[in-house]
Amino acid sequence: MKTAFATAVVAFLALTVPASAEISGDVVKIGVLNDMSSLYADISGPGSVEAARMAIADFGGAVNGKKIELISADHQNKPDIGSAIATQWFDNDGVDVVVDVPTSSVALAVQEVARNKGKVFLISGAAASDLTGKACSPTSVHWTYDTVALANGTGSAVVKAGGDTWFFITADYAFGHALERDTAKVVEDNGGKILGKVRAPLNTADFSSFLLQAQSSKAKIIGLANAGGDTINSIKQAAEFGIVEGGQKLAGLLVFITDVNSLGLQTANGLQLTEAFYWDQNDETRAWSKRFFEKMKRQPSMVQAGVYGSVMHYLAAIKATGSDDGPTVVKQMKATPVNDFMTKNGKIRDDGRLVRDMYLFEVKKPSESKGPWDYYKQIAVIPGDEAFKLPGPSQCPLVKG
Amino acid sequence: MFDWLHLTIPPAPAMFAQLLVGLINGAFYAMLSLGLAVIFGLLNIINFTHGAQYMLGAFCAWFLLNTLGLGYWSALILAPIVVGVVGILIERLLLRHIYGLDHLYGLLLTFGLALIIEGVFRQQFGSSGQPYAIPPELQGGRNLGFMFLPNYRAWVIVASLVLCLTTWFTIERTRLGAYLRAATENPVLVQAFGINVPRMITLTYGAGVALAALAGVMAAPIYQVSPLMGSNIIITVFAVVVIGGMGSILGAIVSGFALGLVEGLTKVFYPEASNTVIFVIMALVLLVKPAGFFGRAS
Repeated sequence: MKTAFATAVVAFLALTVPASAEISGDVVKIGVLNDMSSLYADISGPGSVEAARMAIADFGGAVNGKKIELISADHQNKPDIGSAIATQWFDNDGVDVVVDVPTSSVALAVQEVARNKGKVFLISGAAASDLTGKACSPTSVHWTYDTVALANGTGSAVVKAGGDTWFFITADYAFGHALERDTAKVVEDNGGKILGKVRAPLNTADFSSFLLQAQSSKAKIIGLANAGGDTINSIKQAAEFGIVEGGQKLAGLLVFITDVNSLGLQTANGLQLTEAFYWDQNDETRAWSKRFFEKMKRQPSMVQAGVYGSVMHYLAAIKATGSDDGPTVVKQMKATPVNDFMTKNGKIRDDGRLVRDMYLFEVKKPSESKGPWDYYKQIAVIPGDEAFKLPGPSQCPLVKG
Repeated sequence: MFDWLHLTIPPAPAMFAQLLVGLINGAFYAMLSLGLAVIFGLLNIINFTHGAQYMLGAFCAWFLLNTLGLGYWSALILAPIVVGVVGILIERLLLRHIYGLDHLYGLLLTFGLALIIEGVFRQQFGSSGQPYAIPPELQGGRNLGFMFLPNYRAWVIVASLVLCLTTWFTIERTRLGAYLRAATENPVLVQAFGINVPRMITLTYGAGVALAALAGVMAAPIYQVSPLMGSNIIITVFAVVVIGGMGSILGAIVSGFALGLVEGLTKVFYPEASNTVIFVIMALVLLVKPAGFFGRAS
């Protein structure tokens, strides 16, 4: 019995010796790392895992004869946990690519790990533009959206509509700071003024104190540089304190369809937001979302749709190059235009940023909605080059000039 | 130079507004820590399930509204009863087996329960939360001059003060409370007098849980009705109880309101620290007076 076990162990160890073949370990292993249990779980979470599963299935389950495997983990919005999982995945578990990672502080940490090990990192959930700025990496692709696009989208639209004085309520971590910084730049470039800001810890339940400060600043626009549960609480409590009746408007700089679902149309109607995807945009998006809905019983967020797109593009690049070596695959991804149900003629820049069209939506009134999840009407298309236009020269060392 | 401390002290009206808001948050801390203090003081159980029971109360209210059409006022009465019964079941089936053991077992058991309950709800409902509107009678607010006070928040302060004082009075000044306190100190002797101690303990646990559920119903219209709402607040509430003195009812009430005020002030001067200031105070209190401000060193 013991010798049989020992033989099995030795045989197993022999299998894990890196093969000289181009696809390491003879398997393409994809790791979906995100928040499975806390405030960003609905935006990404198990939904992203399902999206990745759908991509693998649609690709055929194998690439160049090698099987594709999928694992997932919960980073609990903590950078130390996220980077520990990524390190373990890359070093011990033969994972070739980490996908998703909402929460920009975790994404920045994981990007460092991936860069040092030459492994691919496909970012869908995180937003901070620093991921393709100061912290850019040759093995990362920032797929779905970022704070620059949100600023150029919602920020620009609100300022141009007359909202020229702003007060920010910012989530006190990398994402909030980045969003506040990028939006402030857009506001000031368009002739607006920032009257003040307050930094609230991530996952705050009660925003009444911060809303009061925003109220007393008399700014026309209260910019919410936060996401998920924080945004929902801010908007819900702003209604209590009569902020909108008092003449101020809320600008939700990052709002997902799951947030609108949680707030209800009664509270959220009229909110303008920038997203990369909405399930009801056209026949293609509806068809894909229907498949997603059957499994998850809720409509997909743009993050989850982005996970599908990035995994498909990644697998296609492996097929084309015959290798799963990080820099090679990403180079191929950058050389190929992106075309799927969500992105048309997208192009990945040198700094890793996928330039795609973004959309300005407005939340419908309850009377305008014909059923559950029928929440948005599309106000404008923001072409990719405009949406992701940087306010100044790129901070990324990979970009020449 | 001192920019980071936001030392531009806001004008007096704005300060009053922030203090009032802090007091409202303190009301929730007080209600929750009251339930914890009652359970620990009388049963010697560190009830980590308290946060999950608070969440159950809020979800019960949501459920009553969405399935049975029963509004806020009915939920205020029904939800604590329903969750209280659940609490009694927990006590009967699980907790009574560990009374004689080290505190740690109670902590582990209740913590595990909390994880299970929250996991089940999160699986079912996701983490984003459900909408629950403020009841029409309490909507709107009044302009107090220095701030716009929502009617609902005013109600929260009043209701929680009444609740806290009633509970304190029942335990410290009535005969029933006297029996409870005696049973904690010497259950055998009290039982010898013919008082059914196990049943009292069960009902006390149920009452503590009902208090948590009541706080949950009151929180539903202003915070999210989300499976995460309990775990977010429970750690802070534990810190409040430790500062007030584990087992002291008055300590829980006073420190709940006081710490709400402190947190409110921190949000004005250095908001980034508002999450941690209560724990800093807890660390200091444990160093200087480990039994807490109102606790008795046992």
